Amino acid sequence: MYDILIIGAGVTGCAVARQLCHYKAKVAVIERAEDVADGASKANSGIVHAGFDAKPGTKKAYYNVKGAKMYAKLAREMNVPYDPVGALVIGFSDEDRQTLEKLYDQGVKNGVEQLEILERDQILSLEPNTNPAVTCALHARTSAVVSPYEMTLALAYHAALNGVEFIFDAPVSRIWKDETWHVATAKGELTARAVINCAGVGAAELHNMISDEPVRIIPRRGEYYLLDHTVKCPFRRTMFQVPGKMGKGVLISPTAHGNALLGPSAEDIEDGFDTATTRQGLDFVLDKCRLTWPQVNIRPVITTFSGVRAHPETDDFIIGPVHGAPEGAFEAIGIESPGLSAAPAVGEELGEMVALSLKLPEARLVKPPVPLLKPFAAMTEEERAEACRQNPDYGRIVCRCEVITEAEIRDAIRRPVGARSIDGVKRRTRAGMGRCQGGFCSPRVTEILCEELGVSPLEITKCGGESKLLAGTIQDIAKEAQHHA
Amino acid sequence: MREIQVDVLVIGAGPAGLAAAIAAKKQGVDSLIVLEREDQPGGILRQCIHNGFGLHRFKEELTGPEYAQRDIDTAVEMGIDIRTGVTVLSVSPEKRVTAVSRENGLQVFQAKAIVLAMGCRERPRGALAIPGTRCAGIYSAGTAQKFVNLEGYMPGRTVVILGSGDIGLIMARRMTLQGAKVLACVELMPYSSGLNRNIVQCLQDYDIPLYLSHTVVDIHGRERLTGVTVAQVGPDRKPIPGTEVEFACDTLLLSVGLIPENELSAGAGVDMSPVTSGAVVSDTLETSVPGVFACGNVLHVHDLVDHVSNESFRAGEMAARFARGERREGREIPVKDGRGVRGVVPQKILLDKENRGVDLMFRPDQVYRDHYLTVYADGKALSSVKKMILTPGEMVVQPLNEKLLDACREAGEITVAITDEKAV
Repeated sequence: MYDILIIGAGVTGCAVARQLCHYKAKVAVIERAEDVADGASKANSGIVHAGFDAKPGTKKAYYNVKGAKMYAKLAREMNVPYDPVGALVIGFSDEDRQTLEKLYDQGVKNGVEQLEILERDQILSLEPNTNPAVTCALHARTSAVVSPYEMTLALAYHAALNGVEFIFDAPVSRIWKDETWHVATAKGELTARAVINCAGVGAAELHNMISDEPVRIIPRRGEYYLLDHTVKCPFRRTMFQVPGKMGKGVLISPTAHGNALLGPSAEDIEDGFDTATTRQGLDFVLDKCRLTWPQVNIRPVITTFSGVRAHPETDDFIIGPVHGAPEGAFEAIGIESPGLSAAPAVGEELGEMVALSLKLPEARLVKPPVPLLKPFAAMTEEERAEACRQNPDYGRIVCRCEVITEAEIRDAIRRPVGARSIDGVKRRTRAGMGRCQGGFCSPRVTEILCEELGVSPLEITKCGGESKLLAGTIQDIAKEAQHHA
Repeated sequence: MREIQVDVLVIGAGPAGLAAAIAAKKQGVDSLIVLEREDQPGGILRQCIHNGFGLHRFKEELTGPEYAQRDIDTAVEMGIDIRTGVTVLSVSPEKRVTAVSRENGLQVFQAKAIVLAMGCRERPRGALAIPGTRCAGIYSAGTAQKFVNLEGYMPGRTVVILGSGDIGLIMARRMTLQGAKVLACVELMPYSSGLNRNIVQCLQDYDIPLYLSHTVVDIHGRERLTGVTVAQVGPDRKPIPGTEVEFACDTLLLSVGLIPENELSAGAGVDMSPVTSGAVVSDTLETSVPGVFACGNVLHVHDLVDHVSNESFRAGEMAARFARGERREGREIPVKDGRGVRGVVPQKILLDKENRGVDLMFRPDQVYRDHYLTVYADGKALSSVKKMILTPGEMVVQPLNEKLLDACREAGEITVAITDEKAV
């Protein structure tokens, strides 16, 4: 019997889990995938929005502004890549100017600081690659970029360090309450005093299992191009266009790791787990980017990807006790953009709300976060020499493109909530995120995973489930073929 | 940090680095170190277990490992210091090199001359921006080759190959021999980018269809690949709607181009060619940074290792001579790509008394039949040689002999072009 079961190990679920570390409670996070941040948390724009987009008075506005203000400190404590680059929303007409002025007013009402309207010359001097047809822009100095999956991982590490359990590969099939809450998962049935639904695109289904006030969440897919960071991002700031009905539109931004990111498209789809990219979606992004960056150049593209946002029909976050459900059910659902920005605030408030409702005693000792290791690639020569003296595995470069060492890969596997797949290692270390996209390092990463986890290479997956890398030994496949013949 | 002084430092112990080191040693250089990131020397040849290597250089047909072993044996006999498991992290314009290894941690070398011989890498799926899912089962052909030939594992059972580069063709045969079913080799261009002998021996001999002017337009499968959609492309290389065909397969191999791996060269401040993605060099193989030489696939992607070795012998010799203070004096004359020619190397020729001829290497920009290779000096045709067939898949090696070189001595620039008529 748990005190609390959190369903969903995305950035929101992990932020709630971390907040609950401040209390004496038995907490588990249940996740359908094999790792944290498997849904929208790993595939989004990675922007900490200043908070001028959301309508004043909405939950989006409140949690965005509050969350954004928590980020710098949080990222520093956890050693998560974060860069307060600022943002421009660029306009090309009088109509755009009116929209930008409206956004400015909205931002002021929401409590966003340091907003200003810029004129053409100012914009071009800040961002010389901007379309010279630009006439005005809203400048948000407090906008930032963060590595979204690394933030999620850091929150999960900290929660796990303080005793929160993570149960992966456990999609939830049913939730009900008698004396306690019951959650039936692929890993067995669990019971708890309270449940918290943070299940992203899967959250409406869970909500509707327990509530007689159904909600609807529309999966909205966004596709992106990611360019190699050895080619400088053409913009220093996040470059938005004037927002439309489907969201904030297509942006061009440096990521927290210095890559250029182009996207997203916005397309409502049926299947919330369909993260395929499409020709139309990618072409749409490219086409829209030309407005911001007329010389758009995607020659240095290293990958394309898509993420699915959980768009609530009501257009606002749904956070708090589940309406129309028995006592002890909580949720943070419909968390689309600005969900990443809001996560620290949502985690804090929802965690506190649940703790108060269960009258949880405060924990005597909360272990401080163990910051992520300083990447070898970011070390000075002296630091590198010292790291190699401490641990000779630093002397072995596994990923050439991103300069990732064997020491970092082994650490990523050994840590709490450690990597179990090629993508798990990639998200934790960046091995395979460079120009060759794992061409050189994936065989070696496979070997290291086998050594650390004590399994055969035939069991190693790209991202859990049936995503096995290898079909069999050469002898097995040859025998099989003979047999068929 | 204490610096290790060395006359010639060679980065990479593949065929290029080994040949450069052997040549440097023959010049009498004693202070010579070769740094190799893998645990064994030999480079990519180690996983190329098929034969066909060495026909030009040794007049025999060797496997990749056999070819490499000949140079490794020579290097060992000559007492060349090859350090494996060492990854170079940076090269400065002053020829200060940092490297890291498990045994020695971080080391700093100060070299008098450097030979860049880091080879190339494969273009991945992401660089093509092929739409679809991002499931397991998609490999570059070389990664699959490593799994099969060095690790003993098969990536899959039913295979489609995108791109008809040589590694893709070799893997079509290798996977077939090992019990996989290769359904198709799909090539965007109207011609293959691989060697003709590989089309015959790796595809035709095994009845594997080659679809020219086709490409993969969609990738299916949530966790592991379940299939790909292939479509025909028009002259603009864009898919033609309505021509889509689905192939059910669990593996997609990509053989869509090799890219010289020049991140270290860029750090050293070496001028790069946007056409070859390698350094700009003179016929001495010296880059724009004095004392830094480049050879092999890091300079430009070759088809035949024999050519890599020949080029690298020259780089090694010139590096050794540079290290002992020899400077060749003379006028440098640029060599330009003319019509139909892409990425001629070297891009400059040093016209000194010693120069008795240069091999110009390049690729045609498309397939030409019964055309002429014409060399111009300041627009005046010097020679015109008939070629039955010229294709982007086969690098052209065109010697510029002493007589032609003499005719260029006063010229401002040399141009190589493909012409439909004999120009001289």
